[in-house]
Amino acid sequence: MSNLTLKPTKPWKRTPKQQLLIAVNLLVAAAISFVIVLVTPMKGKLAYLLLFFISTIIVNFAENYFKSGIAPAKDSIATSFVTAGLIIAVVPIFSILFTIFERGRAGLNFNLFSHDMKSNGPNDPLGQGGLLHALVGSGIMVGIALLISLPIGILTAIYLTEIKGIFSRPIKFLVQAMSGVPSIVAGLFILSAVVFPITKSSSGLMGGLALSILMIPTIARTSEEVLLLIPSDLREAGVALGGTQWRTISLIVVPAAKSGLITAIILGLARVAGETAPLILVSGGGDAVNPNPFHSPMGSLPFYIWKGFTFGTTESIARSWAGIFVLLSIIFILFIAARTLSGSEEKK
Amino acid sequence: MSGTNSAISPTSTPEKREITTKPRFSDKVFRGVATVGGLSSLVILGLILIFLGYQGFQVLRSEGFGFITGSNWQVMQDNAGNTDLAASSFGIAAMLVGTLLCAALAVSIAVPISVLCALYLTFYAPQFLKKIMVAIIDLMAAFPSILFGMWGFFVLMPHVEYWAKLIHKYFGWIPLFKMEVPVFTRSPFVAGVVLAIMIIPIITSVSREIFSQTPLDRVQAAYALGATRWSMIRAVVIPYGKSGVVGGAMLGLGRAMGETVAVYTVLNLVYQINWHVLIGAGGNVASMILLKFGEAGPTETRALMAAGLVLFLLTLLVNSIANTIVSRTGGKGR
Repeated sequence: MSNLTLKPTKPWKRTPKQQLLIAVNLLVAAAISFVIVLVTPMKGKLAYLLLFFISTIIVNFAENYFKSGIAPAKDSIATSFVTAGLIIAVVPIFSILFTIFERGRAGLNFNLFSHDMKSNGPNDPLGQGGLLHALVGSGIMVGIALLISLPIGILTAIYLTEIKGIFSRPIKFLVQAMSGVPSIVAGLFILSAVVFPITKSSSGLMGGLALSILMIPTIARTSEEVLLLIPSDLREAGVALGGTQWRTISLIVVPAAKSGLITAIILGLARVAGETAPLILVSGGGDAVNPNPFHSPMGSLPFYIWKGFTFGTTESIARSWAGIFVLLSIIFILFIAARTLSGSEEKK
Repeated sequence: MSGTNSAISPTSTPEKREITTKPRFSDKVFRGVATVGGLSSLVILGLILIFLGYQGFQVLRSEGFGFITGSNWQVMQDNAGNTDLAASSFGIAAMLVGTLLCAALAVSIAVPISVLCALYLTFYAPQFLKKIMVAIIDLMAAFPSILFGMWGFFVLMPHVEYWAKLIHKYFGWIPLFKMEVPVFTRSPFVAGVVLAIMIIPIITSVSREIFSQTPLDRVQAAYALGATRWSMIRAVVIPYGKSGVVGGAMLGLGRAMGETVAVYTVLNLVYQINWHVLIGAGGNVASMILLKFGEAGPTETRALMAAGLVLFLLTLLVNSIANTIVSRTGGKGR
């Protein structure tokens, strides 16, 4: 009696016998599909996958039908389909990541981060030249976009959550509509509104302006969601202490939402870092490092990739893959940063 | 109270503060600034409309409805070498049809996959797998379009061409898949598959959010009545989330119609209305703008602006409908 311990039971957990049964079912299905491929004219990987899927469904259906009846058998079909849905959705992601790693590796070297393409063509051997100009240009243009969209985006979010004026509903609607503006239209707009009538030449500033149009809705919507999560106790406490609305928001609400707002910024950066079409239209694309956003064309990472791709030789395409590798690494780091920040926020 | 105060210094009695709900000056300024910031989205959208309309006006007036219904794009020059607007013709019908065709194809491929994926993530996945998969799918939504373009061109296109051949072989009798000349490269079908892969993360995350808002009491009631997981989904989740999924699909449609670079790399632009998805000749407004922009003269650039205006209005319409549907379904959530 003394060493009696109660172990928590987990009745929903599969017993070893059930797990074995699942494995047997999959094996049977694989065997059936193998035999069908062997004896019929259907050949190839596609046939294997399709037949494996169909025979898995049939085997599971039969097992459940004879064991428990028609309802669980139907349920097993649904399970097969939703699992297949997940696999189909995820396979391209892994294929993309694998491709970038495989093809981008060849073009990666330290020259990339210390040289520009001033004295090299895209067709030169891979060790020469680099994408310093593109990194600098992308950094400047995304920075300009951030400078413009951060105040506008956060003010929009504050208007929607704190002030709630008569324009709240239409503005909410318009911000959502704005997040669907095609990137090429943003480029055309800057072209028609600024480049043609005023500056008449492409420069980094124009690229930044075009990117900010795409960035504002992302920042506004994410900040709005973040500000909505701030408990209204904090606002009431601020007002009860005699603070005006301005002081309550600027000294209490916004600081409380700080890490969420940083997440909004990071998501905005990740959104525009890879935008290609507007930059092709408005920023030109120099081959030398150009730190001045007000004068002469400016290179950027997406433009560098685009140029290598359209040039079309083996070397230039390898350069493009290396560029994509760098671009995606940046986006990946931004994404992880956003996740970590919002994750730590949730724990508090 | 006032008696003791006046005993110390009769002059320093604090005046009675007026109790008011009128905002202070600082609040008025603050509200003004925030309202201006909030209205900026209206201003920007309005400016886009005005400037693209202003630049494209000349071409739109000379072409009239022919700009949308014609499918001829020809720039004529008079003797002095200037563009002759009356003799030139600008029509984007083929491009519009191509845009709609590719986008519709993308949505019809992506929606079933995304909905199944969202169902799996909401009701089937174990907790650890769910977390990882949601993060991966969100990451995919942040992939730049040029990445999809290059991956689509080098990796996906050979596979999709093979699928297209299979479809043609077995389903060639369906009018949509018919083709006289067997040219499978760079067809709308390829573009549709690439776009489908791009919009799967968007539709999945919208559907997942809607499904996870399904009232828990109804879910538990269904289970308590002895429903299997599938019959619960069919009886509770699908009726509840149906219109939300439609909204998510339309968001995906809007994204697919506005996509430029990814389509440009995998689609062969031909100025001819083509409904047959497997033939290697398609159209796309955004890609055409990018293609023509490089060598366009002033008048042709104006025509491209007009094309951009049409694209802008089209995506605006689709997105507005989508957002209305999603927000109505979501209720208080988003």
